[in-house]
Amino acid sequence: MEREIKVLVFSTNTISDPGIDLAGASHLDYPTGVSVISVPCSSGIDPRWILYALKDQCFDGVFIAADGEDCPFLSDCTKRTGEIVNRAQALLKENGLDPRRLKMAAICSVCAEPFVNHIKKFVEGLKDLS
Amino acid sequence: MEAKIGVFICYCGGNISDYVDCERVREAVSKEPGVVVAKTFMFTCSDAAQEEMIADIRKEGLNAIVIASCSPKLHLQTFRNMARRAGLNPYTYVQVNIREQCSWAHTHHKEAATRKAIRLVRAGIAKARLSIPLEPIKVKTTPAVLVVGAGVAGMRAALALADMGLEVHVVEREKAAGGWVKKWARVFPSGRPGEELVNTLLKGFEERENIYLYLETEVVEKRGSVGQFQVRLKGPQGEQEVEVGAIVVATGFSPYVPKEGEFAYGASGVLTLQELHALLKRGIEGRFVYAGREVRNVAFIYCVGSREKEGHTYCSRYCCTAAVYLGLLLAERYPEVKQFHFYRDMRTYGKYEIFYHNCLEKGAIFLRFEPPDVPKVEVAGERFFIRVKDRLTGGEEVEVPADLVVLVTGMVLSPNENLVNVLKLPVGKDAFFNEVHPKLRPVETVIDGLFIAGACQGPKNIAESVTSGLAAAAKIGALLLQKELRLEPLVAHVLKDRCTGCGECVAACPYEALSLKTEDGKQIAYLNPALCKGEGACVPVCPEEAIEIWGYGHEQIRSMIQGLCKEDL
Repeated sequence: MEREIKVLVFSTNTISDPGIDLAGASHLDYPTGVSVISVPCSSGIDPRWILYALKDQCFDGVFIAADGEDCPFLSDCTKRTGEIVNRAQALLKENGLDPRRLKMAAICSVCAEPFVNHIKKFVEGLKDLS
Repeated sequence: MEAKIGVFICYCGGNISDYVDCERVREAVSKEPGVVVAKTFMFTCSDAAQEEMIADIRKEGLNAIVIASCSPKLHLQTFRNMARRAGLNPYTYVQVNIREQCSWAHTHHKEAATRKAIRLVRAGIAKARLSIPLEPIKVKTTPAVLVVGAGVAGMRAALALADMGLEVHVVEREKAAGGWVKKWARVFPSGRPGEELVNTLLKGFEERENIYLYLETEVVEKRGSVGQFQVRLKGPQGEQEVEVGAIVVATGFSPYVPKEGEFAYGASGVLTLQELHALLKRGIEGRFVYAGREVRNVAFIYCVGSREKEGHTYCSRYCCTAAVYLGLLLAERYPEVKQFHFYRDMRTYGKYEIFYHNCLEKGAIFLRFEPPDVPKVEVAGERFFIRVKDRLTGGEEVEVPADLVVLVTGMVLSPNENLVNVLKLPVGKDAFFNEVHPKLRPVETVIDGLFIAGACQGPKNIAESVTSGLAAAAKIGALLLQKELRLEPLVAHVLKDRCTGCGECVAACPYEALSLKTEDGKQIAYLNPALCKGEGACVPVCPEEAIEIWGYGHEQIRSMIQGLCKEDL
């Protein structure tokens, strides 16, 4: 059997979580290796957690379902989250990991289909990396 | 303390158990360290299940619980309340979503979905194992409010707040209260001049002892947080400080000012809506005369500074009604004057449709244009010729002579950069102030205790401005009439022994909740929990992992990641 690609999604309680919930509620299937950890805001995701998931633990990829412009906390959330992605990708490179193992996309509270499309594409890409 | 965790798995009447083998999940997770009870229920949210879980919590002396069921959006609060009833701290409860994010998303893969559910519950157990009992942050409230802006929205809010027994400080940067409404020739529904409406509100101020009006005054500094703000005001008598529990910003709008040459603006005889108000307010006896010449034809051009392709893309929503309402006033006073209204779409919504009809009945002629074919205004000596492709006559080119052109100008935010900086007001894409949510939290901002009302949050008419002023007053009443506030404790906290006082987190915090202070001869970061929103912007910038959000600690997240990987190790 083909090995299940494991993706860790960092999602946000009020914006992308409802979008991902909606994907399930609409029975939009996505790969079962995708699991979500919810945090308050994507600006608070620590690059060290991403490295830990990819280097020390089982994950093949990390997907940040960012708040984007809908962020209830910060008007510059996208910029801040972008900086986290840059730092995390640099950290991955330093550790001999392909920076393409990290991906970010803004997922709004009703972005069920975009989420599923992003995640399927990401998983396919990770298969090629593996 | 030794972890004693209860894990409860929901079938959701088949919504979960049809696609996930819940019994296998229970069996797998029951062996996790710290788990002393693991059960399944048909519906964990049912009264009977909750009673059984409460009994288990008490009997086993559980110090944390995990419920694997639906999305926390649905039942997080339900189960937090249940935990509280059982005598368990609600913040040691973890909800794991195995419905929306597992069973419903993987309906065709029961085996894989079951294994995923096991991983998700393991992550939840890992989080629960490291959870810390938390108490709401308690803040005493100051029974006073600052209202910024003494237009109709701010004044109406001030009266309502004063009637709740709160002390109200109303700050206005102009020489007089009343805002734009005071300048208007007449207003709906009474048909009286706007000034009379303002005077009624001002009389209400005089009748109440707990309203203080500060004219020609601005807000120069704000400290503190919800329940306890200190605000510094600067006025003609110098500076003074007021203590308030909440702030409502009602600074209103500015009329859009057309660019030089936009529809011939700048030429004598081309007015804005506001300038027509001023003209009609002054009142001219007998014939309608402007700049010494008699006016026989008036042309109104709608949507000036609204619904633009770029820039002011929004509809200013009040201007169609305002224009036909002034058209009616014009028709009543000077029935011999002919009116031509060049409009895009007539948006006299709701009750105001009647004014459009009345205006039509009075003989006003309406011509409809559609961008990019906007009316062209040609200046011909003291007269104007307006040319337009009239959509109502199949796009026929029509030319109308006019002695006066009125540009029906929209609303833009009243500029006040200083106030935006001092209060950290959130500004939206359309440059108005932003509420948290237009339907769910329409007068609240992301800053607790800071409210917005009236046209500063987007174009509004008087009725809508007053309504939002009263909404803000009601929200503030609900906040401040409690003598003590209870705030969500899921905020940041500094791990003092790790902190090196580098200040990275202070720079990253968008809410000024962090500062540096010296404790035991060592400089460390200090957090004001009442200012912290718990978004975590400070977390990834700390080189020492010395700051984290309760419920989302470094160790907690790492152990969740481990939990999600366990089957594969």
